[in-house]
Amino acid sequence: MLLRLEPRAQASRGLRIAAPLIALALTLGSGTVLFGALGQNPILALHTFFIRPIDSLYGLSELAIKAAPLALCAVGLAIGFRGNVWNIGAEGQLTMGAICGGGLALAFYGVEGPWLLPLMVLAGGLGGMAWGAIPALLKTRFNANEILTSLMLTYVAIQLLGYLVHGPWRDPEGYNFPETRLFGEQALLPVLLDGTRLHGGVVLALIAVGLGWLLLSRSFTGFQIKVVGQAPAAAAYAGFSRGRVVWLSFLIGGGLAGIAGLGEVAGPMGQLNPTVSPGYGFAAIICAFLGRLHPFGVLLASLLLALLFLGGESLQMHLNLPLAITGVFQGLLLFFVLACDVFVRYRVRLGPAVASPAP
Amino acid sequence: MALPPKATAAAPPRLELRGITKRYPGVLANEGIDLAVRPGEIHALLGENGAGKSTLVKIIYGVVKADAGEMLWEGGPLGSHTPAQARHLGIGMVFQHFNLFDTLTVAENIALCIEGGGDLKALAGRIAEVSGRYGLPIDPLRHVHGLSVGERQRVEIVRCLLQDPKLLIMDEPTSVLTPLEVEKLFETLRRLAGEGCSILYISHKLDEIRELCQTATVLRGGRVSADCDPREETPKSLAEMMIGRELPVCRHSEPPEGGAERLVLDGLSLASDDPFGTDLMDIRLTVRAGEIVGIAGVAGNGQNALLAALSGERRAPPGQVRIGGRPAGHLGPRARRARGLAFVPEERLGRGAVPGMSLADNALLTGYQKGMVRHGLVRVERTRAYAERVVDAFKVVCAGSGSEARSLSGGNLQKFILGREILLEPSLLVLAYPTWGVDVGAAAQIRQAVIDLRDRGAGVLVVSEELEELFEISDRIAVIGKGRLSPAKRTRDTGVEEVGRWMAGMFAPALDEGPQDAA
Repeated sequence: MLLRLEPRAQASRGLRIAAPLIALALTLGSGTVLFGALGQNPILALHTFFIRPIDSLYGLSELAIKAAPLALCAVGLAIGFRGNVWNIGAEGQLTMGAICGGGLALAFYGVEGPWLLPLMVLAGGLGGMAWGAIPALLKTRFNANEILTSLMLTYVAIQLLGYLVHGPWRDPEGYNFPETRLFGEQALLPVLLDGTRLHGGVVLALIAVGLGWLLLSRSFTGFQIKVVGQAPAAAAYAGFSRGRVVWLSFLIGGGLAGIAGLGEVAGPMGQLNPTVSPGYGFAAIICAFLGRLHPFGVLLASLLLALLFLGGESLQMHLNLPLAITGVFQGLLLFFVLACDVFVRYRVRLGPAVASPAP
Repeated sequence: MALPPKATAAAPPRLELRGITKRYPGVLANEGIDLAVRPGEIHALLGENGAGKSTLVKIIYGVVKADAGEMLWEGGPLGSHTPAQARHLGIGMVFQHFNLFDTLTVAENIALCIEGGGDLKALAGRIAEVSGRYGLPIDPLRHVHGLSVGERQRVEIVRCLLQDPKLLIMDEPTSVLTPLEVEKLFETLRRLAGEGCSILYISHKLDEIRELCQTATVLRGGRVSADCDPREETPKSLAEMMIGRELPVCRHSEPPEGGAERLVLDGLSLASDDPFGTDLMDIRLTVRAGEIVGIAGVAGNGQNALLAALSGERRAPPGQVRIGGRPAGHLGPRARRARGLAFVPEERLGRGAVPGMSLADNALLTGYQKGMVRHGLVRVERTRAYAERVVDAFKVVCAGSGSEARSLSGGNLQKFILGREILLEPSLLVLAYPTWGVDVGAAAQIRQAVIDLRDRGAGVLVVSEELEELFEISDRIAVIGKGRLSPAKRTRDTGVEEVGRWMAGMFAPALDEGPQDAA
């Protein structure tokens, strides 16, 4: 045992806040090496990855469009993670929200009105909630591990979406492509800025961040969630119900993910197709931790993760690099964040010196 | 044991500490501690909670490294060492909390932690031999879950003795024993000392130290405040060395007759949720307004299940628990608090308080029904003000209402939790081990606060292992044993001897089994 970790008596507050920034710097450093190894000019590659996608108003609006679903999912997840409820299935809840909200748009195709969009948002949220309710029920009723159940349900939701767009919901005039009709005008989120695709979902995300902050930092419910998460015995002693926190976490997380899914299909896509999300629900887990499980931090982390999505596409377009680079960067970032957290809380010591017992 | 041929007085001490200093962030735990333990000496280490006893012992045992100072073992320098190396040198330690596996036998438990413990049969023989020699009857083949707390402690002591210790460290060993068991333990320790083994005896019980120890080192605020011969001191003078002032005495008046029923346990029966726990059987007890009822008993006799059934963490049939005259057995903690219950749990960090939260948030933990929440939002100012009131009224040493609960010493956290519950002005207060591990000064303050609450008309139920304490504050006393409760007797009509007999009497089968099995 040459190295060992020793808990620090008191984790420095400054370091705790700086850790994500250090992790980001380390990610950039590794990225430089990575691009060098791929035979690219690292400076150019990093510029293409991080700067080029957002050097225009259109680029910035694209960043917001990508960040919105991430923030919506991640705020919900952060609330659950604070209560020690591990919802890993935001991707599935997002897909379910897209199915329910999008299904409503298809059902009312042709008979539209201004009432349709609010109903779709509601349906999206309820769909995500319903999908989140399953792991919550399994957890509270049978004590089934929510990590497994929520993750597995994700694939069920994706398969269901695939079935619908390949089968019953396929566009009758769509030359057999696996996608639905384009939604009607009244079923689309309004565009906020001419010349961009910036849509109302961004506003919903900002509202969610604000409400998430209010819940976690100021409300008694948020206090109960935190107590259940940090000290289950103290929660039982005070009379806070663990089951209630599990339900609340999954309903909030599922609902927000569902709205994120609806935002995708009623926003930039305007229809349902087999992949409504490039993995927002999973990337949101990284956002939640990178943002220190704090809604405002989550917002910043969502912008960063959105940039990674855009940067990956930019590299693919301009430098012919594979899109998988996005996943590599996400992985690097999460790895460095978790590693930095370890060093904030622990210090590394060399193995204990050999004692010299008295003769 | 090779003592130098010189006279004992001139021989080097078994263990000598010179100027030991240990600093934690914000706290000087030990400062320039000098201490010498001679061969065959029972040496007391006396001090309030937070005086630095635990840190010092951890340094000796090699768990923690000192920042400065030197340690000498039989005259030779002792550098940094690990607990394993300390055991190798002959330093044994019996911890306050036992480290035994319930599902294993005594011999298996011991085999796990000593070198060459592979041959269980030979080991069982050695255990029987050692336990016979030192009057520690224990059957090596019994499973630990069937042992009483006193027997478990014997296992820990035997485990140390098997390694031929030259220095045995005992951390508050009597806090879990009946009076009879304490006497037996003292006999064993005296015999060990007679054979040349040094004993470092840590305690804050002044009577025990005066009875057992030849020398005492008193710590106060991380420094040695006195070295003395406790046999020549009075409890009063020892307490003054320990807390730096005179020992406060509680005022206690007679309770009023016939107060309203605050708590009635009417045939409470509950199965333990721990497979090796004790079930409650037909518990009957009444606590009236204006009286303090004490429940004595050695830990592990059903106290946990009883406390959980009182707090509402475990439910019972409605009529078996009545609070304020109405059935409450089916209610959870929140509804019972709404009826006027306040509760101080045994476990402070993690149950009574959330370690990583501020004192203000910890005030909200149980004060949420007292106007700290409006429209679902926390009234931050009120929680802070409440926490500050508790800190002021109970002299909690901390950096303010924003300090994390885990940054407080055990005694201070207990004062905070107890103060928080008392200032809620409950009509019924249930206390679990209120002064366990709390220094004498703070303990007296806590007892007085409880008595004052009683005088304001609350009913109080105290579950404790400390008989002196129960006799000091209780109006009536009952004993819990094997999940059954004795009738409550008026304190002035009974005495420590009788209650001690009840406690021991109820365990007579368990106590008698030991010697027979060992033989």
